[in-house]
Order: sequence, then structure tokens, then C-alpha cells
Amino acid sequence: MKRKALKAAFPHTIPIFAGFWFLGMAYGIYMNVSGFSFWYPLAMSIVIFGGSLEFVTVSMLLSPFAPVQTLLAALMIQARHIFYGIAMLEKYKGLGWKRFYLIFGMCDESFSINCSAEIPEGVDRGWFYFFVTLLNQLYWVTGSTMGGFLGSVLDFNTEGLEFVMTAMFVVIFLEQLLKEKNHSTAVIGLAASVVCLVIFGADSFLLPTMACTLLLLTAFRKPLEKAGFKGEEDAV
Amino acid sequence: MCVLGTMATRFLPFLIFGENRPTPRYISFLGKALPAAVFAMLVVYCLKDVSVLTGSRGIPEAIAIAATVLIHLWRRQMLLSVAGGTVVYMLLVQLIF
Repeated sequence: MKRKALKAAFPHTIPIFAGFWFLGMAYGIYMNVSGFSFWYPLAMSIVIFGGSLEFVTVSMLLSPFAPVQTLLAALMIQARHIFYGIAMLEKYKGLGWKRFYLIFGMCDESFSINCSAEIPEGVDRGWFYFFVTLLNQLYWVTGSTMGGFLGSVLDFNTEGLEFVMTAMFVVIFLEQLLKEKNHSTAVIGLAASVVCLVIFGADSFLLPTMACTLLLLTAFRKPLEKAGFKGEEDAV
Repeated sequence: MCVLGTMATRFLPFLIFGENRPTPRYISFLGKALPAAVFAMLVVYCLKDVSVLTGSRGIPEAIAIAATVLIHLWRRQMLLSVAGGTVVYMLLVQLIF
């Protein structure tokens, strides 16, 4: 049962493998040149496992200790996980101990795959989710640790490789569009992101985007539910 | 503190809406309506540092995304589309722009 799930999960994680090794190494190298030994990226990628925040953490570790400010920054950067959690509530139900790790390791990429992947017939859902999450974390941890080791020894023109993440999210978004008959929620999300990006700038548009999306979805709940975005039947 | 903040946001929905209680209908609706909106946000997030006014004006990004979409509509193979789009982008930024 486990092998079958691992076999089904692995192909989905290959783009993440490329992206995470690249980004993870970049992160490890960045920590290395900032003066941290490879233990730091290793430990942080195990316990935090969230790319953008880990990059920010480097500058926090280098500045004087400010616990409240650090916690606030962490909450703001990671607030999107609340959305992921709401979307995965039903899917992660009834999975026993695996559920705990799935929630712990729910980064952007694991969420995207587990939320969009069609799990083949006869493959255990819990183990599939579990292996996607575990493989992704392994890629990130090994990538960042190697980066920490190698420092700036690498000499290979990888310019542009970071696009692998963009390409993956484009494909996942496209798949979602092909799957859904009605595209209003996609349009809402896209419009909110672009408008907020223009108004608030690249560093602080995520929170306003999430607020706008929530507001619009709530305002148009009735027509959206008619268009097929209805919750589970047993919901109250 | 970073660990605490990250884990708070990841576990919160699951703690509030426990496994054994039925999920409120509004939250269940959001669970259905959010994914497409969130994926759109993630795509924009990846492109947030692209400037349309300076440098290469986002042209390599636009071409590479178009390539990714076309390859995907053609074969519907996630790996092929992602790899193809990335190679197109790397060639563009390394050789042309």
C-alpha cells in the first residue's frame, strides 16, 4: 500500500525537486555567506519549512533579538496557510497520525499538489498526501544543507532556473481552470492579486489580497454557490 | 518565533474546525471557492518582482508562461509543461535578454 502511494506521489513532486534544490541551495549559500554554518539551514528547513520566511529569518538572526516583531512578521508572511487549511479541511479528515505531519508540512507546493492532484484508483489517500509532503521536505532540507556546505563553489549557469516554480503554479492554476466549469473565483483571485500588487507593492500585497478575496467571495456567495461552489452536504 | 508563527497559521483552521464536528457551511463553501483564487494569487506572487517598465519588461516571463500553457494544453503532462516552460525561460534570459 505504501509503495503504491509512493509510486503515485513521486512524479507529482519532480518539479518541486528541481525548484527546491535550486531555491534550497540558494538559501543555504545565502546563509553560508551570511556567516552561518550548515547546521542553521539544516535545522531551520526542518522546523520551519517555508521558503520565503526562512530567507527573512536570516536578516532577523543578524539583527538584535526582537521577539514580538519576529512573531508578527512570521504571522503575516505565513497567513496564507490559513487559506490552505480551510481548503484542505475536508481532504485531511480521518487520516489519523498522518494528519498531524500533513498540517505541519503544508507549504505552498505541498498544498498545491495535494489540493489539485487526482489520486489514482486503489492508491491510499493518506499515504499519497504523506509522501508528497515528505518528499518535498526532503528536497528542501537536502538542498539547503548542500547549499550551506558548498557555499560559493558552484559554477554552473543556473540563471532562470527559479522559473520552475512559476511554471509549476501556472500549470496547477491552468488545471484548476480546466477542471472547474465556472471561472469566477479564479477571476476574483487574479483581479484581487493584481490590483493589490499595483497598490501595495511586491513586499506587502499578500495580506490585502487575501482580505479582498475573502470579501468578494463572501459578497458573491449566493451566485457562486449556484454556480457550483457548494460546500459539503453534511455541513451545517 | 518564526516556527511558532508558521505553525500557528498552519494548524489554526484544523484546531478550530475539529475532525469530529461538521464544518460550518460557510467554511465549507470557502474550501470549494478558495483553491482557484489562491492558485491565481500564487502565480502573481511568483511574478511580483517582474517590472513591466524597466529591464526586459516582463517579456521573457510572458513568453515562457505562454509556452508553458501551450505545451500543457497540447499534451496535458505536468512535467513536460513545467520543464518546457523553464527551459524556454532559461534560454531567453541567458541568451537573448
